[in-house]
Amino acid sequence: MPVSPHSCKTCPMYVNRLGVDVSRWDYLIALAGNPNTGKSTLFNALTGLKQHIGNWPGKTVSRAEGGFQFNGKKYKLVDLPGTYSLLSASEEEEIARDFLLFANPDVVMIVMDATAIERNLNLTLQILEITPRSVLVLNLMDEARKKGIYVDHRHLETELGIPVVPIVARTGEGLSFLMQTVSEVIEGRISLKPRHIPLDSDLESAVQQLLPLLQEAFPDFPNPRWIALRLLDGDASVSAVLTRNQEGNAFRKVAEKENEQGRSFDRNRA
Amino acid sequence: MNRGEVLTEIERKQQILLQKADALRRSLHIDFRDRLVETIYSEAHRIAEAVTRVKPNPATDLDQRIDRIVTHPILGLPLMLLGLALAFWITIVGANYPSEMIARLLFAVENYGSKFFDWMGMPWWVTGFLWNGVYRGLAWVVSVMLPPMAIFFPLFTILEDLGYLPRVAFNLDWLFKKVGAHGKQALTMTMGFGCNAAGVIATRIIESPRERLIAILTNNFVPCNGRYPTLIMLGTIFVAGAFPPAFASFAAAGAVMGSVLIGILFTFLSSYLLSRTVLKGQASAFTLELPPYRTPNIKRILYTSFIDRTIFVLWRAMVMAAPSGAVIWILANIHIGNESLSNIITRWLNPLGYAIGLDGVILLAYILAIPANEIVVPTIVMGYLKAGMMMELESLSELRHLLVEQAGWTLLTAICLMLFSVLHNPCSTTVLTIYKETGSKKWAIIGALFPLGFAFLTTFLVASIWRLLLRG
Repeated sequence: MPVSPHSCKTCPMYVNRLGVDVSRWDYLIALAGNPNTGKSTLFNALTGLKQHIGNWPGKTVSRAEGGFQFNGKKYKLVDLPGTYSLLSASEEEEIARDFLLFANPDVVMIVMDATAIERNLNLTLQILEITPRSVLVLNLMDEARKKGIYVDHRHLETELGIPVVPIVARTGEGLSFLMQTVSEVIEGRISLKPRHIPLDSDLESAVQQLLPLLQEAFPDFPNPRWIALRLLDGDASVSAVLTRNQEGNAFRKVAEKENEQGRSFDRNRA
Repeated sequence: MNRGEVLTEIERKQQILLQKADALRRSLHIDFRDRLVETIYSEAHRIAEAVTRVKPNPATDLDQRIDRIVTHPILGLPLMLLGLALAFWITIVGANYPSEMIARLLFAVENYGSKFFDWMGMPWWVTGFLWNGVYRGLAWVVSVMLPPMAIFFPLFTILEDLGYLPRVAFNLDWLFKKVGAHGKQALTMTMGFGCNAAGVIATRIIESPRERLIAILTNNFVPCNGRYPTLIMLGTIFVAGAFPPAFASFAAAGAVMGSVLIGILFTFLSSYLLSRTVLKGQASAFTLELPPYRTPNIKRILYTSFIDRTIFVLWRAMVMAAPSGAVIWILANIHIGNESLSNIITRWLNPLGYAIGLDGVILLAYILAIPANEIVVPTIVMGYLKAGMMMELESLSELRHLLVEQAGWTLLTAICLMLFSVLHNPCSTTVLTIYKETGSKKWAIIGALFPLGFAFLTTFLVASIWRLLLRG
């Protein structure tokens, strides 16, 4: 169930969007995908030289963010670390996962290497479990054509339940259609029915038992199903983020930093 | 309702949630996580099959055919070593002439410089210290290091850009796993061939702290760029000399290759020892993608290999070599009684040197070369010539004459020096990098002494067995 980013002002998790300053931007876009899919090429194609490169708070993984404008709206683009999955506990995967979970981007662009659909779909399916507001960006279409790989992107659209846009980031082919699609998703003019991973019956029933408890503990959480799966898996980092103390600390740190920088910010509305 | 009550209410609900999750997890089948991952993979497979059509294509087929050969279980490793040997050979052959030219140019400058100082009426020790000490140290480093780096680094970067390095890691992964280390150590080890400090920094890609420490502590065993000159000189004088000129360069490349193999062997050996003793644990698994081969980008290769690597390493070496050159000059020119300071130290180090198949001069050179390994050879030559400064010898046959006839080097000396060169302690920059990366003085000290111990032990054993066999 998609939730507008502004409906959860009361929930501590959404207050600061992980330190990404979106005050001057209208929309926040996350760029996710496997390594070597041309994510950075797309990032550079969209933001040009207007980008800021630093590190993720407290991590050694570098973080690039930048802004761009489309049809009079300003977009902020955050490049997530390239990963193959969101299930293991490497630093990169944790960063990507936490951002998708807690920064609540308006749209996630999932960048895919058109020449390696199957490998890239593993991550895509996992992202769709976390957030439905996604657009699949089928990059490296030129390489796919060269290699004689034909991708039926309309069929892929119906399989995944999200828009699929073929592009060539290197040459800029398909970029304006991509942004058109992204803005339509934000405005709610494209309906999203993301495919969920079919679960074994015992796992499905366990998830169903956890869902009501999750709804009570975190009423405004947009992706309880995924959290339920991770909790069942005993994912220590997810339960740590969920537990009051750690979550409070991690987010307070970012919050305090923003306060120092003189931004207005509401933090005591639990 | 006040805020405190809301918090405890939510906390209580979260507690219930986590407890319920724990209870449910125990009720689930033990391998449900594997099954979930399997489901994701089979979904991905099904969808990919449904939406893609592949026309048989020569390019993709070529990629796969190449991969089948270079990652072949039997052929993969020899091919890799062959490639490395080829890179060494190209470097050795190609670096010869530019090296000589640069040396001639730089030493001519020194000649005029010191003459100019004399003409200005500078005291002899100012001229000596600046031109024969500091400047000559710098000139040696530039002429000996720049040409091989300018050839080896672009070759290395081309392989990197092609996408070959992940295949190297793929080929070596099982070996590293066998000794209890991380497969990505293959990559950091490869980086160490360029520069051990860079290799130590590259270990950041290894997530597990235990395996990262192993990779850091053993990185020194692959000879870095600064140690090639020593290896190349030994290969050229003692190995290539025994072959007809047509094969000399191949023999020299083979000797360098042999030292590299010994270094790799010790990497595995020491990783094994570490993971069985102080750094116990299981090797962790990781996903390794074999990216498609891409045509190397010439501009990027030139930039990376020259600006990022060559200039960076050269600058560091020069910064380190200048003070070393000064120290060498001072040691040779301060006399106590009738003997220069360097002579006294050499005599004092001789017994220890003899025990490990070397001599006092070589050990002194290694002590002075702690900041930068590349000045080992010039310092050794200086010690033998007692000329009071580092020397540039006009030809290798003169050098051979000096080492064999005058200093009494034997094949044992050459072998022990090669072993010592590959195994001995890392340079001060690397030790400093280890300290920065681990944040621990203890590991930095171990990182320096662990290889040194290996070097002494190995050369001592080789020298003792050698002498025993010759006597018996």
